Amino acid sequence: MSALGVNDLTVDLGGRTVLTDVHLTVDKGELVGLVGPNGAGKTTLLRTLMGLLRPRAGHVVVDDEPVRRRRTGLGYVPQRHEFAWDFPISVENVVMTGRTGKLGLFRRPGVADWQAVAEALDRVRMTELRTRPVGELSGGQRQRVLLARALALQPSVLLLDEPFTGLDMPTQELLSDLLLSLAREAHAVLMTTHDLPAALYTCDRLALLNRTIVAAGTPDQLRDERLWMDTFGVGAHNPLLKILKAG
Amino acid sequence: MSPLDFLTDLVNPDLAFLPKALLVAVMSSIVCGVVGCYVVLRGMAFIGDAVAHAVFPGLAVAFVVSGNLILGGTLAGVATAVLVAVFAQNRRLREDSVIGVFFVAAFALGIVIISRAPGYAGSLQQFLFGSITGIPDEDLYVVGGAGVLVLGVVFLLHKEFVAITLDREMARAMGLRVFWLDIVLYVLVTLAVVISVQTIGNILVLALLVTPAATARLLTDRLAVMMLLAPVIGGLSALVGLYVSWSWDFPTGGTIVLVLTAAFLTAWVLAPRHGLLARRLRRPPGIPADPAGTVVSPTGS
Repeated sequence: MSALGVNDLTVDLGGRTVLTDVHLTVDKGELVGLVGPNGAGKTTLLRTLMGLLRPRAGHVVVDDEPVRRRRTGLGYVPQRHEFAWDFPISVENVVMTGRTGKLGLFRRPGVADWQAVAEALDRVRMTELRTRPVGELSGGQRQRVLLARALALQPSVLLLDEPFTGLDMPTQELLSDLLLSLAREAHAVLMTTHDLPAALYTCDRLALLNRTIVAAGTPDQLRDERLWMDTFGVGAHNPLLKILKAG
Repeated sequence: MSPLDFLTDLVNPDLAFLPKALLVAVMSSIVCGVVGCYVVLRGMAFIGDAVAHAVFPGLAVAFVVSGNLILGGTLAGVATAVLVAVFAQNRRLREDSVIGVFFVAAFALGIVIISRAPGYAGSLQQFLFGSITGIPDEDLYVVGGAGVLVLGVVFLLHKEFVAITLDREMARAMGLRVFWLDIVLYVLVTLAVVISVQTIGNILVLALLVTPAATARLLTDRLAVMMLLAPVIGGLSALVGLYVSWSWDFPTGGTIVLVLTAAFLTAWVLAPRHGLLARRLRRPPGIPADPAGTVVSPTGS
């Protein structure tokens, strides 16, 4: 059973068609990397999955049910710069904001909500820093806070937008280990990334996106250079292809 | 004049307007202090300024037709806030441009309207710079009622306001009605402004919204503490400002704002963790100052 299914998705943005006939599935237990050049529609696809954009055609299925306005089955980790890090708020309270929509208007968090927050913080190993103001965290810690905020909803699918951007190597490694183990714990994880070597090494499957899914499969199944040249619009001498051969 | 003389004047029946002015000034400072926390944290000082100016035509119309000033101001402020929110949906224009268009237009409309009223120069000055005389008794109830209403809504919608401030995309994805929450917040700012305009004046009211909250932000990294500190700072400054202005015959609005500014500058220097002094003292000799003062820059590294 696939946790996330995308069928025939076509999305217009500002009068132009950005995505055409996108097909994609992500199963429970797997980490899928969404790669493609700038303007390929990676972020647009994630935003459509989250219900922030309305597709012209096609539909999105989570846990075998079509998604509605409030997408509790999906946990979203946006790019780090989308978040107001100068806000005076502690780590645990940020993670609790992940449950704002689920709580509904006029309701305050109860025991079950704090329990979910504690579990999410524990999962990303931020429990010790839970009372720290978020403005004092490092880049890697911030990424883990946003991940915990998504996990606080106990979603079956996790969507991450460029989680590795701006992180140093050791921090990237820790994070990709964490994502992989989250996938193995029966989450379906889909992330966009610019870091192709890391994606080839870490992800179970890759989806090559350029306005539509050019190809999807395990890194081994995607050895054909033509696929990468088509997706990224590069010539045969691009260093990208050497990475592919080395991998 | 000693504080004791001030107290005597406050209970002097011949000076009945003085305790009324004090009460209105303190109540409106408290409300502005709380709402101002959102204004400061969202970086919407400009919309606060816009709403403050936009209530002017409403006040002018109410003045010309001898209607209720607070009601008139609220209607005009809310109308402008809604126009800004609607027009800001257009992605071609940034919100600050839309605000720039509408708040000056509203202010211009107010000037034209009030020029139709006889003896308008005096009333214009009263609108712009505030006055502590001539507050009708009923205004005490209106200000108190409006204040309780604003604080009640803040209490009920606090978690949503925090969510849309932290991360609007995420708030939308969670199914929050971001557009309507924005409108509610604008209306709260408008109400806080309108109840304050009487004593402090149209031009200076922005200080009540921004300065106490900004001062509180310097003193704490906790939102709950900030939202308690800001109204305390605002209320105390209103009290001290009124006392000073009464003692030396200074204009009330201006004096209150100067007291607020003094509090802000004091916090800038003396704040326990991030103040100028604390940073100087903490820095070991020989190591240059870190301008961010914290572990990482706001954009992360």
